[in-house]
Amino acid sequence: MRLFLQLLFRNRLAGFGAVVLGVIVVLAVLTPILPLHPPNETNTANRFLRPLSEGHWLGTDHLGRDLMSRLMWGTRLSLAVGFAAALFAGLAGAAIGVLAGYFGGRIDNVTMRGIDMLMAFPYILLALAIVAVLGPGLMNALIAVAVVNIPFFARNIRGVTAGIVHREFVDAARLSGMGNARILWSEVLPNVVPVIVIAMSTTIGWMILETAGLSFLGLGSQPPQADLGSMLGEARSALITAPHTSIVPGAMILLIVMSVNLLGDGVRDALDPRLRSGAPSRPEATTRVERATAPEATESGLLRLDRLETQFRIGKRVYRAVNGVSLNLSPGECVGLIGESGSGKSVTALSVMGLVASPPGVITGGAVRLDGQDLIGAPYEMLRALRGRRVAYIFQDPLSTLHPLYRIGDQLAEAITAHQPVGRAAARARAVRLLEDVRIPNPAARARAFPHELSGGMRQRVGIAMALANDPDIIIADEPTTALDVTVQAQVLALLDELRRSRGLAILFITHDFGVVSQLCDRVAVMYGGRVVEEGPTTDLLAAPAHPYTRRLIACVPELGGGRRRLAAIPGLPPAVDDLPPGCAFAPRCERAQDACRAGEIALAGKVRKVRCLFPETTP
Amino acid sequence: MGGYILRRLISAIPVLLGITMIVFLIMAMIPGDPATAILGAYATPENVERLNRYLGLDQPLLQQYLIWLGNLLQGDFGRSFALNRPVLDEVLERFSATLILAGTAFVLCSLLGILAGVVSAARQYGLADKTITFAVIVGISVPSFFLGMMMILFFAVQLRWLPVSGMYSIWGGGDLPDLIRHLTMPALALSVVATGVIARLTRGAMLEVLRQDFIRTARAKGLHERRVIWGHALRAAMVSVIPVLGIQAGFVLSGAVYIEMVFQWPGIGRMLVDAILKRDILLVQGGVVFVAACYVGFNIVVDVAQHLLDPRIRA
Repeated sequence: MRLFLQLLFRNRLAGFGAVVLGVIVVLAVLTPILPLHPPNETNTANRFLRPLSEGHWLGTDHLGRDLMSRLMWGTRLSLAVGFAAALFAGLAGAAIGVLAGYFGGRIDNVTMRGIDMLMAFPYILLALAIVAVLGPGLMNALIAVAVVNIPFFARNIRGVTAGIVHREFVDAARLSGMGNARILWSEVLPNVVPVIVIAMSTTIGWMILETAGLSFLGLGSQPPQADLGSMLGEARSALITAPHTSIVPGAMILLIVMSVNLLGDGVRDALDPRLRSGAPSRPEATTRVERATAPEATESGLLRLDRLETQFRIGKRVYRAVNGVSLNLSPGECVGLIGESGSGKSVTALSVMGLVASPPGVITGGAVRLDGQDLIGAPYEMLRALRGRRVAYIFQDPLSTLHPLYRIGDQLAEAITAHQPVGRAAARARAVRLLEDVRIPNPAARARAFPHELSGGMRQRVGIAMALANDPDIIIADEPTTALDVTVQAQVLALLDELRRSRGLAILFITHDFGVVSQLCDRVAVMYGGRVVEEGPTTDLLAAPAHPYTRRLIACVPELGGGRRRLAAIPGLPPAVDDLPPGCAFAPRCERAQDACRAGEIALAGKVRKVRCLFPETTP
Repeated sequence: MGGYILRRLISAIPVLLGITMIVFLIMAMIPGDPATAILGAYATPENVERLNRYLGLDQPLLQQYLIWLGNLLQGDFGRSFALNRPVLDEVLERFSATLILAGTAFVLCSLLGILAGVVSAARQYGLADKTITFAVIVGISVPSFFLGMMMILFFAVQLRWLPVSGMYSIWGGGDLPDLIRHLTMPALALSVVATGVIARLTRGAMLEVLRQDFIRTARAKGLHERRVIWGHALRAAMVSVIPVLGIQAGFVLSGAVYIEMVFQWPGIGRMLVDAILKRDILLVQGGVVFVAACYVGFNIVVDVAQHLLDPRIRA
């Protein structure tokens, strides 16, 4: 409960709603003892007095009745009726929903069909029909509004109950011999109550509005008794001559409903655990850059990453996902970037074209140079023009990385028209040819398929075709075969290798699989804890790993060229990159580690074979 | 596709039957004698009995229902006593006015709501997002009838830009520009609440979609951000927005009752309220059944649209 209130009031708007509503409720409760004129005392001599008149703060209405007093009494009535309707609808709907959801079967079927039927009406029709039967009157309006809202509660709560009934703790209760009534009371109800509260707190504003509406139509409270709705309804005929008589009750309804809604949203957010972490943040078009200065340009190459630093900032914590990574990619070369999950290899790859989700990602230092031109902090339009045109990506899971609602031909054509001034028809024809290039059988027909209609391997070929759409110089493949079967994996790798040779592509290949690396890559860089710990020509590095981590990593692969392997053989866990130890990040898991390893920065030493280790396994 | 539409139409039949049953039962529960209600408290017992026989009210309930249903299916909704004309004529005439009002409001709230929601999500936590979020909070809390009255005060009385009420001018009106001038305020007032709801939902759906992997793919292809937001993201978000549009259509139709009262719009909502106050039962019955049936039809359209949009449920 304390936690609930804390959460509620941390939301400033909800707190504001609670305070306003609290004041209104207290005033409404105190109305009978406040020094007010009697609400129904008419005085035709003082009709339509303006606000701030002597003795009548808010003026008088068409019968000379004190508006202040009528407003307070009307508020009292409206609040009471609205809350009563919500309570009635909530309890009745919850009862129906719990019973239908708990017993299921035929009871559930019949009740829910009835509920569906009621929901087929626009709500006011049902309310009007009920008032037509019962006759106009505040009580009848209350019943109408409550009845109309029962289906909403019943359906919501039935769903939740049906979900709970099949859970283990209910089975356990049943096996221990509890009766239905006890199970409902002690096992089901406690789990349903928060849902009821959420549903009520988010609909109570509506109920107040709806009862006021029926009164406004003359179907609710009858004169001389007045709630806010009927006050507004009576004032309507004098709208133009005495607008204050309308504005006063109308503004009060607005204030009440708004504070109720704000509070209701707050209650929902505080009670619903999924929303507790706050609204999701959407990634911006490019990764944010907060870099003091770019490092001096050294020699030029096709793609050079120079001391790249990328962080994730979540709350007060800073995760150094990429911590000074330097890499070089020459034309036609394939470089493998290998490491466990969380080592920063994917973030390194995504940083190149500013595709790291931001928030929370921020590039804080280093440079990424394409033909000598720094891409970090480059204007959006320049980056966009290079994305897919010169540097293209292939992502891991093609089911989630292809748009589910566009035909694959259209998705390919779109990649082409984004960079080249070709017409739709020409782009489509090119798309079909691309599908052919990646060995998709019957490409013209497949172009009309949606991603979910293709197999995993086919989808990844589409992903590759999309990357090839604009004849890029560089392809960054982020674990493109991880989600595939071993046989399909081999086909996809063969295809990539062939395309590389025929088109002279440079490939940065991210993987956690040494088997894949040995098949495809000229050079390998091994990442650990956001840093490159070893780098060198594939054959040399595989034959004689220098860094203890690399050696252990290779030792995890029983036989090179096989499928996916786990890293179970290394004791301990990869480091959390928000709390890196000084010195070597691998030291806590390394049997060769000595005090010097934990003392301070260790440089990546060497020319062709580089290693970041004080006590390497072999001297390169 | 055709098969789906057919299946959907067939599944609507029991719903429509249920609606007629509910309406009939509610109306049958009216205490007292309809004939007395029509003829007044001073009618002679003979006259009351004759009218009851004429109306078929001396028959058992089930038979009454079947006769009423049979007549409905033949397009005979009975006769309104207060207006002394066939119910269906009155309902059709009034419903077309409501359709103009509610239809315009629905288009407005869909367009504005989605627009506001997308902008809000694309500029999350920016000034536009905060402004829209605040407007939405006020928008979903304001009683439409009060808003309508304030609009009359401001735009019609103060600024004299638009006519105070009605559907056409009494003198000389009747053409389309005249209708549009009369329609502007009520349609806007009616659309406000639904706009708020749709904007809020669209924002949430967009924020959810924008975190998906396929958005990163679209950006990696080098698509312009405009195209990423308004094409890829919105298309995917619409899957969760469209069902809500269907629900909001019901709310717009319902809200039309208040707006018709405020703006003296000759629609079916005002007709129903008048009929209830005059206890013109057949008119209420006919009007409710007719509007509910139209709403069921509209929901089928929504389902079909959903079906067209999402190839995954088509499979």
